[in-house]
Amino acid sequence: MTMTTEMHRDDTRATPLLSVRAIEKSFPGVRALSGVSFDVASGEVHALLGENGAGKSTLIKIVSGVFPPDRGEVMVDGNPVNLARPDDARRAGIATIYQELLLFPELTVAENVFMGHAPRTRFGRVDWRTMREKTNELLASLEIYDLQADQIVGSLSVGNRQRVEILRTLSQDARILIMDEPTAALTEYDVTRLFEIVRKLKARGVAVIYISHKLDEIFAIADRVTVLRDGAHVATKPVAETDSAALVQLMVGRRIESLFPKIAAPIGEPVLEVTDLERRPLTRTVSLNVRSGEIVGLAGLVGSGRSELAQTIFGVTPAEGGEIRIAGRKVDIRSPAQARSLGIAYVPEDRGTQGLVRPMTVRENFSLAALAKVAFAGFIDRTSERRLAADGVARFAVKTHSLEQVAGKLSGGNQQKIVLGKWLANQPKLLILDEPTRGIDVGAKAEIHRLMGELAAQGLAVLMISSELPEVLGMSDRVLVMREGRIVAEFSRAEATQETVGTAMMGSRKSVEQAA
Amino acid sequence: MSVMTVPSSRADPRRIFKALASQEALLAIAVIGLAIAVGLYNPRFLAARNLSDVLLGNAYIAVAAIGMSMVIISGNIDISVGALIGVLATLSGTLAVKGVPIIVTWLAPLVAGILIMGLQGVVIAYLRIPAIVVTLGMLSILKGGLISVTGGKWITDLPDSFHLADLELLGSVPMPVFLMIAATILAAWWMHDSAPGRAIYAVGGNAEAARLCGISQPRTVVMVFALHGLFAGVAALLYATQLRVIQSTVPPNLELTVITASVVGGVSILGGVGTVIGSTLAAILIAEIASALVFIDLSPYWIRAVQGMLILATVIADILRRRRMTGA
Repeated sequence: MTMTTEMHRDDTRATPLLSVRAIEKSFPGVRALSGVSFDVASGEVHALLGENGAGKSTLIKIVSGVFPPDRGEVMVDGNPVNLARPDDARRAGIATIYQELLLFPELTVAENVFMGHAPRTRFGRVDWRTMREKTNELLASLEIYDLQADQIVGSLSVGNRQRVEILRTLSQDARILIMDEPTAALTEYDVTRLFEIVRKLKARGVAVIYISHKLDEIFAIADRVTVLRDGAHVATKPVAETDSAALVQLMVGRRIESLFPKIAAPIGEPVLEVTDLERRPLTRTVSLNVRSGEIVGLAGLVGSGRSELAQTIFGVTPAEGGEIRIAGRKVDIRSPAQARSLGIAYVPEDRGTQGLVRPMTVRENFSLAALAKVAFAGFIDRTSERRLAADGVARFAVKTHSLEQVAGKLSGGNQQKIVLGKWLANQPKLLILDEPTRGIDVGAKAEIHRLMGELAAQGLAVLMISSELPEVLGMSDRVLVMREGRIVAEFSRAEATQETVGTAMMGSRKSVEQAA
Repeated sequence: MSVMTVPSSRADPRRIFKALASQEALLAIAVIGLAIAVGLYNPRFLAARNLSDVLLGNAYIAVAAIGMSMVIISGNIDISVGALIGVLATLSGTLAVKGVPIIVTWLAPLVAGILIMGLQGVVIAYLRIPAIVVTLGMLSILKGGLISVTGGKWITDLPDSFHLADLELLGSVPMPVFLMIAATILAAWWMHDSAPGRAIYAVGGNAEAARLCGISQPRTVVMVFALHGLFAGVAALLYATQLRVIQSTVPPNLELTVITASVVGGVSILGGVGTVIGSTLAAILIAEIASALVFIDLSPYWIRAVQGMLILATVIADILRRRRMTGA
């Protein structure tokens, strides 16, 4: 095994099958990639690693022809290729399997495999028999025996659907296969099967670009690993010459934390106590507590179940088991309206779809969660509504020229302030913030952090979900780490560092020991 | 930092400009401007008799458009309203010739309207079936049912006391005009200033955000449809009681005219935006255009094409405005 890996590495130096040179890509307001280069050899599995927003998705979209780079080039077999459209990538032998599988659930396995390039008879009709035979050949070549060409894809398990996608790429003679978090939705057994297939593909010379957050998988399957951070290439290493601690260190790097001035607040009684909370599949026996004046950071990768936990506490998806106590009193929260009346506020992750009513004015948005406060006998008192909104605008320094401004026209940071302010109009005891500063500029970010600190100092209990480690570390009194629906580690402010929290998020062995 | 200082005074020029640029103001200007322009071409258009006929004959459309506006603002649509008005008018007339007390013949369409529309609201909200499908089904049921049950027979010999639309209030305000204005003002005030009214805008503007604020989307949708049924009942009553003979059929394309009035009145087809003042003004404008066609010697059949152009122009303007707002 070591021998072959060595051989491939020599090949790499000779002629990489795919090579990406100095790719740059910007979107309005964001520099997504700045000068990223990497290459994959025939028969190599090359892992791409990086935090959310590091640029992995942008990179694979460029290689798949979803959008062109601003600068730089992609070469296949040493020749530059123009990947203007996904079809160009397919012609160049590049196939991508996205996290959301792109299959036609109503059609059969064979129809899906040959979608768009079905074998034809002499008269131009679809040659069903050849199609079935070729599908069976492909199935046999990968030693897949629990899948038939005539099965309807919609009835298959996730693992089998993924195999159909892999078959499809093979039917197109793809030589470069990109897999974006292929194990995200798979069971352990399916992961093993996937790895067997990847090894077979490797043996027949396919180059695989493997994107995953899971370090143990990378060590199990990859030959080399490239780490991206903030759109830049950080390092490329053979996996044999590195370990998880080193990779985590490369991923998170060291960034300035002085942006987040933490106000020390007196910490009081527990406001929220959660014991063995259950809501399958992503909330599994979760226990935690948040005290008044305390900011608890909830770290974890996307899909680790943090937002789901928040929504279960808030009654959006009521719990199936376990216990929630608010200020010491046992409660059974079945709806957001009930959670609100118990003094819980939830600022959702996605402002656009969950937080703001865009066509409404600033005034109307501010009062929406507190209508009962400004309405008498069902009718809204304009004066108190205006006062409520004006207070919010002043307190949160919302930059708007009038209360009658349509909220959808404000900048992202100001929209977030309104969503935050809307909930505080109810004077909650517990504030749950889901990605409070995603997608807003640095200035607005600092302001929201300042507000969070002030609110905690006023005795509010704050549970903050964030995917940005510096934010978690900078703002939290305590850090909880979630993975696969469970809380796997807890750190005090002093213990929490990029390395300890990052390692627990990624789930290598070390953190498991820590959690135990 | 340009942090705003709270409430701007009423004389703020920006505010006046904004008020003038609103859909309602534009429509009011159009209604008056058109009357003047057509009047210059043919002064007979401005005869009191003609103008009052235009208002009297179309007030029921404006009333139906109030409910329709609420439905569209809540993010739904209803294409059964024309058929429902036909059924309710027939129901009312049938009761009247059977000698049922007049007050019952007037209330029956209101109650039946609330029940039928409320039922549709329940199916849409709780079974989560798209409104266009549910109301399309109801459209066929009502249309087919009406013809089958009545055989398309005309209802004649309506008692004199049945003709609510002939009554006059406050001196000489005809009942249809009075009801149109009163319903518009009441509905506008309720939508603007009540918590349930605000919920309609919230649900239509962002159902998920509304839900997280503790506003129940299904309950709001059922309420909206029930109210829409009430307004359809009033519309049917005005329609039936101004006729000497009720034809037991569904007025052709009525639902399209009602939807056009709402949309031209500034109600966003995507939900969340609009006022009933706008829809009433738009209903008046459309009726005025239809009448004007005759006075400027054009075929009245042009009205459908004009309606089509109005609706397309308004929807395109609305979508472009939204795109600019969301920055998409």
